[in-house]
Amino acid sequence: MSDCTNNATGIPASTLKELLRVMVLVRRFEEKIIEVYGLQDMKSPVHLCIGEEAIAAGVCAHLRPDDYLFTNHRNHGHCLAKGVDPKVLYAEFYGRVDGCCRGKGGSMHPAWPELGILGTSAIVGGGIALAVGTALASKMRQDGRVSVTFFGDGGSDEGTFHEGLNFAALKELPVIFVCENNFYATNSPLAARQPHPDIYKRAAGYGIPATALDGNDVVAIYLAAQDAVARARQGGGPTLLECKTYRWKGHVGPDCDHEKGCRPMEDLTAWMEKCPVELLKEDLLGTGVIEPWWYNKVVQETDQELDAALKFAKESPFPPKEEIYLHVYCEKGS
Amino acid sequence: MPWTKVFLSEDDLQQFKAAENLRSLSYVEALREAQEQLLESDPRVFILGEGVDDPGGIFGSTLGLVEKFGPGRVIDIPIAENGLTGVAVGAAAAGMRPIFVHMRMDFLPMCMDQIVNHAAKWYYMSGGRVPIPLVIRSIIGRGWGSAAQHSQALHALFMHIPGLKIAMPSTPYDAKGLLIAAVEDGNPVMFIEHRWIYNSVGYVPEEKYTVPFGQGVVRKEGREVTVVALSQMVYEAAKAARELEAEGISVEVIDPRTLNPLDDELICNSVKKTGRLVIADVACKTGGVGGEIACRVVEKAPGWLKAPVKRINFADTPTPSSPVLEEAYYPTSLTIKETIKELLRR
Ligand SMILES: Cc1ncc(C[n+]2csc(CCOP(=O)(O)OP(=O)(O)O)c2C)c(N)n1
Ligand SMILES: [Mg+2]
Repeated sequence: MSDCTNNATGIPASTLKELLRVMVLVRRFEEKIIEVYGLQDMKSPVHLCIGEEAIAAGVCAHLRPDDYLFTNHRNHGHCLAKGVDPKVLYAEFYGRVDGCCRGKGGSMHPAWPELGILGTSAIVGGGIALAVGTALASKMRQDGRVSVTFFGDGGSDEGTFHEGLNFAALKELPVIFVCENNFYATNSPLAARQPHPDIYKRAAGYGIPATALDGNDVVAIYLAAQDAVARARQGGGPTLLECKTYRWKGHVGPDCDHEKGCRPMEDLTAWMEKCPVELLKEDLLGTGVIEPWWYNKVVQETDQELDAALKFAKESPFPPKEEIYLHVYCEKGS
Repeated sequence: MPWTKVFLSEDDLQQFKAAENLRSLSYVEALREAQEQLLESDPRVFILGEGVDDPGGIFGSTLGLVEKFGPGRVIDIPIAENGLTGVAVGAAAAGMRPIFVHMRMDFLPMCMDQIVNHAAKWYYMSGGRVPIPLVIRSIIGRGWGSAAQHSQALHALFMHIPGLKIAMPSTPYDAKGLLIAAVEDGNPVMFIEHRWIYNSVGYVPEEKYTVPFGQGVVRKEGREVTVVALSQMVYEAAKAARELEAEGISVEVIDPRTLNPLDDELICNSVKKTGRLVIADVACKTGGVGGEIACRVVEKAPGWLKAPVKRINFADTPTPSSPVLEEAYYPTSLTIKETIKELLRR
């Protein structure tokens, strides 16, 4: 396949294919967790992002390895899209010593400083403030990095959202606020928590440019994030992107919560019609950017990589018990 | 040694200075000098807080710093304590060395989430990948009708949280040395200052120096009773000890200087010698630091104690405003003296 530009979007074909590959990676990564979770040896609560892959893929496509990224409890997609090796994530979920946090963090707190992931807070809204802090550091040091924070609609309920937006705008910090609005915080619908359905409109009060996006349209997200990252990098300050999407699985764990009556089944059916992976795949097949064999090959290679990663994780040793006392404090740092 | 001395009065100090010809500064000047030297010597250091750049300069402790280092490194902030603590934690994670200043410790409950759930746990949760070199300065105080929301000391809350270090300097020497040590430490440090001793004066070297965490100091040697005193109570204890000496009672005063790490050994060795323990704290009693100190001593060697442990604290109530109620609320050197005499009568 040539690296021609796709006419409709202006995005190079190679980029579109990479976006699809990343989304397949995230989807399959999560599906493999569902496959193994019943064995009950992955003893960490998992918050799956199936159905929401486009946001991680579209935003992270613009990030440099040294750009900072803060995610939340639903973090697997963001870490993978930033380039973290699935091996160290699975190993972490299994509580092994080769996990990205030596088994101290589990699924909710991945860290991979080499790729700007300086740790993850599962306190709703917690990471928003931290990203504003790394952006402040970047601005003080003039290091050209941008910071991205992914959070849910629930995150926008929190004070840190408002405090973070205000301070980032005040100091024109290079930070992109990405709200993954899946309309629910656990089982509580957005309408029960906020008087106004549009989260992005809050940004206007702080003078921050903001857009509402179809969170399942990776191309739309890619293009909006391109502008936001470029603006931040050039010193133009923060942006808020509200990506409306939907989580297919329950809030936590591998099951479908619609069967338990948590959310209307019709909503799930409708959103599954808008599967972000299928949408891009069909589009690229239709425009001739890819052919079926290419897609099948990507899935196959991804599965191979993930199977190897799972194997690595399960073969990795548990940390020795003494490590319970390790890393409470750092040795005198300079 | 000049750096262990507490001066109870200007006379005290003048006598000492004349004898030794040493440089003296007030507690607040020592804090200011520490920050100035930190800002000068380390580009990663910056200060943020409500009013750090205003003419009051946080009771004088940040005076002149914004003029010298600019608003980019001495940053006035919105009244958004938790969010801004998160900002400071994020900047620290990215390798900066923020000093976050709060005029009153009472405002720290606003930041509990970012201090307790983020700063304190980050290094551990990341498997030792990402330290948080953050110093949170907060000021405690008493009196003048400040009442319940402007006079709390909450060190006990933070002592319960693994991952935090806690310093409570009582002398100008320690204020400077511990603040520099806190910034260089690399961990989140709760640095707790007492407003009432801001003007107390003592020996402070000009150069940048550190006071090690986890090393308490004997403020006055004695044989019969050990008083472990925190922060401003060090002065009350020293005064009590001096007065009791005249009455023939020998009191040892220990200032732990840091609560986490705590110098158990110094305290235990003293109790081993005296057989009596009094803990004078600057907060209410229940669930407090005194209980922790007493327990550590008892755990080590219950047989050392010739008398029950005594804790001197504020009443277990919120702080009242009326001067009459305040007077009943705060213990002084007199309370310490009475407690010691009672212990010895047994
Ligand atoms: C401060 C805090 N409150 C409550 C929780 C429990 N909790 C975990 S995730 C969650 C919902 C978050 O919703 P949202 O931010 O929309 O993210 P989503 O799960 O929908 O991706 C809640 C309430 C928490 N982790 N932190
Ligand atoms: Mg949500």
